[in-house]
Amino acid sequence: MTTLLSVAPREETATATLTRGDDHAQTARARRASGHRRARRSRVAYLYVAPAFLVFAIFLGVPIAQTVQYSFYDWNGLGAATWAGIDNYLRVFQDPQLRDSFGHAVVLMFFYAALPVAIGLFLTALISRSHQMRSMSFYRTVLFLPQVIASVVVATIWVAIYSQNGLVNEVLRAVGLADLARVWLGDYDTALFAIGLVGTWLNIGLCLVLFLSGVGNIPPELFEAVRLDGAGRVREFTAITLPALRGQIAVALTLTVVSALKTFDLVYITTRGGPGNSTTVPAFEAYNRAFNTGQVGLASAVAVVLTIVIVLLTIAISRIEPKDVE
Amino acid sequence: MKLSLREKIVNQVILAMFAVFAIVPLLGVLLSSVTPSDENTGGFAIPSRIALENYGEAWTRGNFGVYVVSSLIVTVSVVILTVVLSVFAGFAFARMNFIGSSVLFYVLLLGLTLPAEAFIIPLYFNMRSTGLTDSYWALILPQTAQSLAFATFWMRNQFRSFPGDILEAARLDGARDIRVLWQIVVPPTIAPIMTMAVLITMWTWNEFLIPLVMIVSNNLRTAPLGLAFFQGQHVTDYSLLAAAGVMVALPIAVLYFALQKRFISGMVGGISQR
Repeated sequence: MTTLLSVAPREETATATLTRGDDHAQTARARRASGHRRARRSRVAYLYVAPAFLVFAIFLGVPIAQTVQYSFYDWNGLGAATWAGIDNYLRVFQDPQLRDSFGHAVVLMFFYAALPVAIGLFLTALISRSHQMRSMSFYRTVLFLPQVIASVVVATIWVAIYSQNGLVNEVLRAVGLADLARVWLGDYDTALFAIGLVGTWLNIGLCLVLFLSGVGNIPPELFEAVRLDGAGRVREFTAITLPALRGQIAVALTLTVVSALKTFDLVYITTRGGPGNSTTVPAFEAYNRAFNTGQVGLASAVAVVLTIVIVLLTIAISRIEPKDVE
Repeated sequence: MKLSLREKIVNQVILAMFAVFAIVPLLGVLLSSVTPSDENTGGFAIPSRIALENYGEAWTRGNFGVYVVSSLIVTVSVVILTVVLSVFAGFAFARMNFIGSSVLFYVLLLGLTLPAEAFIIPLYFNMRSTGLTDSYWALILPQTAQSLAFATFWMRNQFRSFPGDILEAARLDGARDIRVLWQIVVPPTIAPIMTMAVLITMWTWNEFLIPLVMIVSNNLRTAPLGLAFFQGQHVTDYSLLAAAGVMVALPIAVLYFALQKRFISGMVGGISQR
């Protein structure tokens, strides 16, 4: 992304268009007018794009390039930075805590992406047979609701639910499993799964709404046809619904996988990576090392690796998308 | 299509189970927020009385009046800036040919998937060296930049489907581009612009990392950041925390219930076209 930025400086391309417009103008009088107009119009276009692009470049584009630059230095955020070569990157893979943080992100991907997509598909299979169900929009509203609640609020809600006398333990005690009760976010064995389940809770609605919008595009005659052939639920789902939803599945996977890798707010509020390092994730490590422990270079290397992982996974997932979708 | 009664009941039961799973934590926090503090142990229990004073206490003790104002200032600024900038940029990308347009567009698109961690570290040090940290600008400008990727993309798609002959007719009448854009193209596009504004409102209001990194002063904290600090101070006062949480989530939740079609179609449509 940084190469793209440096390859195409805006002003240079702008003058290139203008001079080309001028060449046109000299060839024929008829074309002169249109050439001028085109040149003026493209100048207007650059004026229109410039403010948005400048804001974007200054506050996002340039800092992204700088993150790469920082990642090759040792810097505590105050003093002088010293060249570190690829040391920071080696540490991302050697430091057990950092390595674990990426491992935890993989666990979260199961809870944030695999589980909600599977549940969303299962629910869609049920609902797609009952198009005219009157209560459908009610369910859609309710299932989607967690998506719009601020993550900080979500985190405080779940801290209470997982607490000593919270809902989870209340239910366990009520069904006679009091032995299992514990402070779920404070236990080495359960904290990461507890955070993961919050992700599942968040993403089911998103997946379901995506899939239902896809099912809505399938011509009802297709369902009628397989049903006339005597196909049952399962066959109907694998033969029609699933292939038709490839695009939506790709989108759902992209969004949920990225949300798992980006997890920060939830970990910051609920556990700060603890107990021990059992729930630390890359985004939290990048934040913590840059702003609390004075390892800005190492934090940047974590951020770069995380970004590369996200980009690669996004590309990989887009492969399952049908090609004609553009 | 016809479904047997048994099938209908099974559908309803399974859907209802997941709906309950989605809604119980949210109902729980509402219940918790009106439970008197001394009765609240964090679980679900019917309170002996409705303690609405929790809201008043959270509001004053947690300083939320100040935080909500901060969030309002930042959100309104980001939405206005993003809408204006993205209408211009989206129109240029959709309707004007210029060299480098596709490169510029793809650079902007990168902003759609990149995590905040990819830019937040140098951004903080850049802002610090220009003295902008711990100000509303440190929240407004980066969040505008973040929103612009989606907004420009969204506006380009809207303007692309705008009938070309109307544009030509307006130009032949001698209307300047800027008038064509704001007086002829924008008014019929107002519905998708509203959808976009609603989504950006939600994202900006809910943002946590940027305020966490940029803001030091208590009186500049946004509502979610304020809640995070409040949570740190009152870990076990579940009633106050719940009341504070409801207050932070409520503006967006109300917007969602009022405009849920826009929310859902915007998030689903905008995202899946990517």
